[in-house]
Amino acid sequence: MENIDRSEMAVRCERLRKTYGPVVAVADVTLSVRRGECFGLLGPNGAGKTTTIEILEGLLTPDAGDVEVLGLRWAHHSHDLRQRLGIQLQETQLPDKLTVEETLRLFRSLYPRGRTVDELLAIVELESKRTSRVGRLSGGQKQRLSLACALAGDPDLLFLDEPTTGLDPQSRRQLWTLLDQFRAAGRTILMTTHYMDEAEFLCDRVAVVDHGRIIALGTPKDLIAKLGAPKVITHNGTLEDVFMALTGRHLRDE
Amino acid sequence: MSDRFSSSPLVQLTLARFREFIREPEAVFWAFGFPIIVSLALALAFPSRADRAVIVGVHPGGDAESLRATLNSSAGITVREISQDEERNALREGRVNVVVIPTDPPTYKFDPAREESRLARAVVDDALKRAAGRTDPFTAREEPQEVAGSRYIDWFIPGLIGMGLMSNGMWGIGFGIVQARMRKLLKRMVASPMKKSEYLLAQLIARLTFLPFEVLAPLLLGVIAFGMPVNGSVGAIVVVTMVGALSFGALGLLMATRARTIEAISGLMNLAMVPMWILSGVFFSSGNFPDAMQPVIQALPLTAMTDALRAVILDGATLRQVTSELLVLAAWGIAPFFIALRLFSWR
Repeated sequence: MENIDRSEMAVRCERLRKTYGPVVAVADVTLSVRRGECFGLLGPNGAGKTTTIEILEGLLTPDAGDVEVLGLRWAHHSHDLRQRLGIQLQETQLPDKLTVEETLRLFRSLYPRGRTVDELLAIVELESKRTSRVGRLSGGQKQRLSLACALAGDPDLLFLDEPTTGLDPQSRRQLWTLLDQFRAAGRTILMTTHYMDEAEFLCDRVAVVDHGRIIALGTPKDLIAKLGAPKVITHNGTLEDVFMALTGRHLRDE
Repeated sequence: MSDRFSSSPLVQLTLARFREFIREPEAVFWAFGFPIIVSLALALAFPSRADRAVIVGVHPGGDAESLRATLNSSAGITVREISQDEERNALREGRVNVVVIPTDPPTYKFDPAREESRLARAVVDDALKRAAGRTDPFTAREEPQEVAGSRYIDWFIPGLIGMGLMSNGMWGIGFGIVQARMRKLLKRMVASPMKKSEYLLAQLIARLTFLPFEVLAPLLLGVIAFGMPVNGSVGAIVVVTMVGALSFGALGLLMATRARTIEAISGLMNLAMVPMWILSGVFFSSGNFPDAMQPVIQALPLTAMTDALRAVILDGATLRQVTSELLVLAAWGIAPFFIALRLFSWR
């Protein structure tokens, strides 16, 4: 792999492996995320993206392999790490009965330092929903609130698991802009997605994951140049082409 | 509220749980309204025992004419005509306590296994023998004492409070946690720097904030509607109910350590609670169970809770006098909390 000084690494993992009985969720994943970059894990459903990111988030313990986040290890520094990470999980449903403001106050209280509730509301543009119950928010608004919760501790590194799945195009665009701003402020993002346009728009580098392995790694441009282009004659190549070329066109079950 | 206080995670976690509860109207009804309805219904079904006559069944028709007249003129007896076909059913359902057949000497049909049936037999026997000319060697001087606190409703309301604290504590906490687990909220919370013990503690503290209402509603109903005496100190009632609420809350945590579905938690809750409803003397005295079972029954948290509440409310016991019950409750609070903290599944 690339030859980079370790101190520049926000996330580094080697030879990760995680199985559930006979099912191999993560077979062999080695990757590094540089500080200040937006790194995407791209792959079809069931490819092992979520398992990988949850191992990196310290929520799952790998069967084998080595993980270092912000130069620290989960086994010894989990308390420090938790304070410096922002995490958005794929399926979290925040309590419906709480208001937006109450939810943010709750999450903010869990961090020793961070942004104020007003700042968070401004960042995700939910000021007008401050007193609304979470249960009455639209999908896009919920997702922005969930992002605001992840930003409550003013994290150095943000983990996002399929942040825009199920959202309408406007809401997706709005979230992309927010994430772009976060990265522009010099912070690091590691995200999973199965949307090619999202990875192309947001990510500096992407790793294509399938069957628990990384099958391609590089900038979106490189990947398109290397793998997508030959397949495509009539239009400019996209990551979609790369993805299809690598993971096949057949439908997959979960 | 100072800023540092209101921004502490424990306060925010407690507030969140509290808000979730009070914004759920159904939950509020089951916690506060339901116990009141139950007390009212039971008060109607079990009026004060003293003024209740025994109900004697007699067959209709001429043969029983004089028997009916004798019984009707005796105090404390209500006569109900009952046909021969019906008498078994009537006895079983408690519509009559004894059936008298005008044979010579008369025949009593009754169920010796039922207290009210045996009592009715004795009352009828007495009345008939006296009417037949028995002379009593003496007539005892009777001093009826209307002891407030000895009626069923007085005895029942402390039990109802205890049962309410158990149900609300276990359901409230167990359900809340399983729901948070199903919604992946627990997982999200542990992805933050939250202290796990604070999350669990917040669930318990939020429970305590409802305590005044849960205890006051049935207590005031007892005092105002039924004239139930409150002989113990308010301080003692507060301490006993607080310790009880915390220990049932901790049991709720224990039940919810691993359950992932509402069905699973419901099953566990019933497994834990139904035996206590029966054994712990909420509806009828646990003294009815054999002596061999008593050590187990006395060790149950609901038994300790209802015994302590009855002692404090009805007998005016001090905290010192209910120390053993408080210790049982405290043990049921502390052990499950730490077991839950250890085994808790946050995913």
